[in-house]
Amino acid sequence: MTAPAIELKGISKAFGPVQANKDISIRVMSGTIHGIIGENGAGKSTLMSILYGFYKADAGEIFIGGNKTEIPDSQAAIAAGIGMVFQHFKLVENFTVLENIILGAEDGGLLKPSLSKARKTLLDLEKEYDLKVDPDAIIEEIGVGMQQRVEILKALYRQANILILDEPTGVLTPAEADQLFRILGRLKEEGKTIILITHKLREIMDITDTVSVMRRGEMTATVKTAETSPEELAELMVGRKVLLRVDKAPATPGDVVLDVQNLKVVDEQGVERLRGIDLQVRAGEIVGIAGVAGNGQSELLEVLGGYEDATGTVTLNGQPIDLTGKYSDGRSRRDRGIAHVPEDRQREGLIMDFPAWENTAFGYHRDAAYTSGLLSNNAAIKADTAEKMERFDVRPPHPHLAAKNFSGGNQQKIVLAREIERNPDLLLIGQPTRGVDIGAIEFIHQQIVALRDQGKAILLVSVELEEILGLADRVAVMFDGQIMGERQTTETDEKELGLLMAGITDTDKPHTMAEIEANLAHAHGNASKEV
Amino acid sequence: MDVMPKWAEVILVPLISLILAAILSALVILAIGENPVEAVNLMVTGAIGSTYGWGYTLYYATNFMFTGLAVSVAFHAGLFNIGGEGQAMLGGLGVALVLLFIPWPHWTIALLAATAGAAVFGALWAAIPAYLQAKRGSHIVITTIMFNFIAAAVLNYMLVNQLRPAGSMDPATERFREAVHLPNLHEMLAPIGINFSKAAPANVSLVIAIIACVLVWLLIWRTPLGLEIRSYGKSGRAAKYAGIGAVRITMIAMLISGALAGMMAINNVMGEAERLVLNAVEGAGFIGIAVALMGRSHPFGVFLAAILFGFLYQGGAELALWTSIPRELIVVIQALVILFTGALDNMVRMPLEKVFLAARNARASKSVEPAE
Repeated sequence: MTAPAIELKGISKAFGPVQANKDISIRVMSGTIHGIIGENGAGKSTLMSILYGFYKADAGEIFIGGNKTEIPDSQAAIAAGIGMVFQHFKLVENFTVLENIILGAEDGGLLKPSLSKARKTLLDLEKEYDLKVDPDAIIEEIGVGMQQRVEILKALYRQANILILDEPTGVLTPAEADQLFRILGRLKEEGKTIILITHKLREIMDITDTVSVMRRGEMTATVKTAETSPEELAELMVGRKVLLRVDKAPATPGDVVLDVQNLKVVDEQGVERLRGIDLQVRAGEIVGIAGVAGNGQSELLEVLGGYEDATGTVTLNGQPIDLTGKYSDGRSRRDRGIAHVPEDRQREGLIMDFPAWENTAFGYHRDAAYTSGLLSNNAAIKADTAEKMERFDVRPPHPHLAAKNFSGGNQQKIVLAREIERNPDLLLIGQPTRGVDIGAIEFIHQQIVALRDQGKAILLVSVELEEILGLADRVAVMFDGQIMGERQTTETDEKELGLLMAGITDTDKPHTMAEIEANLAHAHGNASKEV
Repeated sequence: MDVMPKWAEVILVPLISLILAAILSALVILAIGENPVEAVNLMVTGAIGSTYGWGYTLYYATNFMFTGLAVSVAFHAGLFNIGGEGQAMLGGLGVALVLLFIPWPHWTIALLAATAGAAVFGALWAAIPAYLQAKRGSHIVITTIMFNFIAAAVLNYMLVNQLRPAGSMDPATERFREAVHLPNLHEMLAPIGINFSKAAPANVSLVIAIIACVLVWLLIWRTPLGLEIRSYGKSGRAAKYAGIGAVRITMIAMLISGALAGMMAINNVMGEAERLVLNAVEGAGFIGIAVALMGRSHPFGVFLAAILFGFLYQGGAELALWTSIPRELIVVIQALVILFTGALDNMVRMPLEKVFLAARNARASKSVEPAE
């Protein structure tokens, strides 16, 4: 038997009181794809950072190809044949592909020879792995999927045999993700070893050979993918049985609650971020907004939530809403019966240093029930918070604990409790389960469906297509500040939505990958550079 | 999870910082050939060894309470108001105008009117930088410090060209009327049988300063407006989400801050000098920043820190008077206190957190062992 490509023995790492990795051992055989799955904070990224030399383990040993290896920094990791593709790419935006590839791996004082050599190597790599990129394209002018390929090429150029990818599909459309998986398959055939870190069960099932599950810093299991199921993996991740599907009855939409006509927003740089949105949300239905991050979904939520001015018309229950001026702010929106669970709960929905009880009043702190005369009625707020925490199963149920001391899922429950319990006519909800553990996802989805069944209108923005297909009744796909099309979620699939996400509306016809990529690159250059 | 218990956070950290500052100061005094024990002795007797000393310590402390509160309120909104000096100068002008041109029958009404005058003038002086910050994005640190210089020039002009009595060579107003004389601590405490020094300047303004501490505490921690100010200070995005207007909070916080700084004038102008002179503020606006830092922008902390700085001020003056330690060294000592309690906070906090963490882990492992 040959030595495994990578073997970790007894790796432990603590950050202060937090044990991020506890006695972790894995073996990854050469020429396989190994998945590492776990919830946020389970310790996946810490483990990979140790492997890549960003952190030093408190205890444990690393073996590469059977030899014990010390990895004090990323240089050593590269020397040992490890390449890493980060979730957030490390590319110089205004350099060409070629320049990015040689960056840090130039030989000699002159650039020219390095560039020529790299161009030749790149051609070889392209042939060997079927990895097409234009070496002279500027990074900021190519799509995200292409940028990711540049990251992979960077690693291969440095002769990586082991490739680590951290949440690689987070910013990709389904078609791009499939393309990536084809590339990974090809790399595997050529004998490379791949470690895929993700929280998406479907990806693990589709592409990996073996999978390790992490929970609270520990490796709870390593199994052959063929011998497991998503349900079993979810249970291993959470530690109990979880319902992966959203359990809901068909919607019975009523009157139009939210009516958006020709909504436009221009940002500070003069770029049109929303380019004439028309959208309706009815009572008793959940409308999902799908799209690759940065195509105007955030702006739509922000305008409806009263953050920024816009042009066009928006009515709620037939009554117009001010889009500019004094009554175009969050408070006025709340007064009108619009509740908002923002996309970024840590920077917008909560104030992390404030206790849970102050966060529960936040936004509604001038309500009659929360005040007495000029003063806040803190006793009433605390009592209300305790009640809400119990109803939403927030753990630990301490109103005095600062928001930052709760886990992501419990933070989200605090925000949800605050917004849902207001009995709003319309609930705006952005990325409801981002950074939320699977166990809490189930609960949060149930609460949203329950609100729908009370006859409320819900506008859901999520970059997780799976979540939209599971939770929403109707889906509108945004691309480059416009809505490309609407579908009933029961009558569509990821493939069709994926094309819409790339700005292709004639979804019945076949389309090539090149066409999709050209479209995405166009939107990328046009709409956003923030992603 | 919070690593340290609250008492360690609020009491232990400042206390250790203070001790470190004291040790370093002692070394400096040693280095210039004086006896640090002697010096401490002198400072303590000078500042709190007699009712005379206390009278000065509390007089300075009153100034620092007002300016410290001023900086704190702005801090909570995430604004760094370093214009307390200028706002206090303008507050003095407000007090002088109110007292010179209206014949008040009794000091009580005069005090209320003077407080209002000082607050309005201070607030207006803060309003301009606040407006520039809120509407034009001009950084408030830059504008408030520039306004200190403008305030000095305005005061200069008013005293030299407008308010100076005919024939006087002194750039100062005439004395306020006898009727508006504020009772000092001697006059206040005599009826209840306490004999307080007649010569010390501490006066009834101290009571107003303490009331101001309580009111600021109520405002910041017990009102919806206070929550809005603190929210805006912590996260502009979150404030936007909640519909808390940036312009509104910036204006309100700075108006309150300026008013508090201005109100200092009832102590130094109305209570002590009983006329408006040039340089009446004597740097109290800047000391307010240190007081707010050390008091962690909490009114009770500001109260304690103000008394500490009052002690340093008065003790320092005594030191300069009775030893060959130059006056500048007092500034060094004060600077060390500011440095340790304000800027080098983490230097003390981090090792202390480690100690608490180790203690907790030891406790935790002990409680686990018997179960295994």
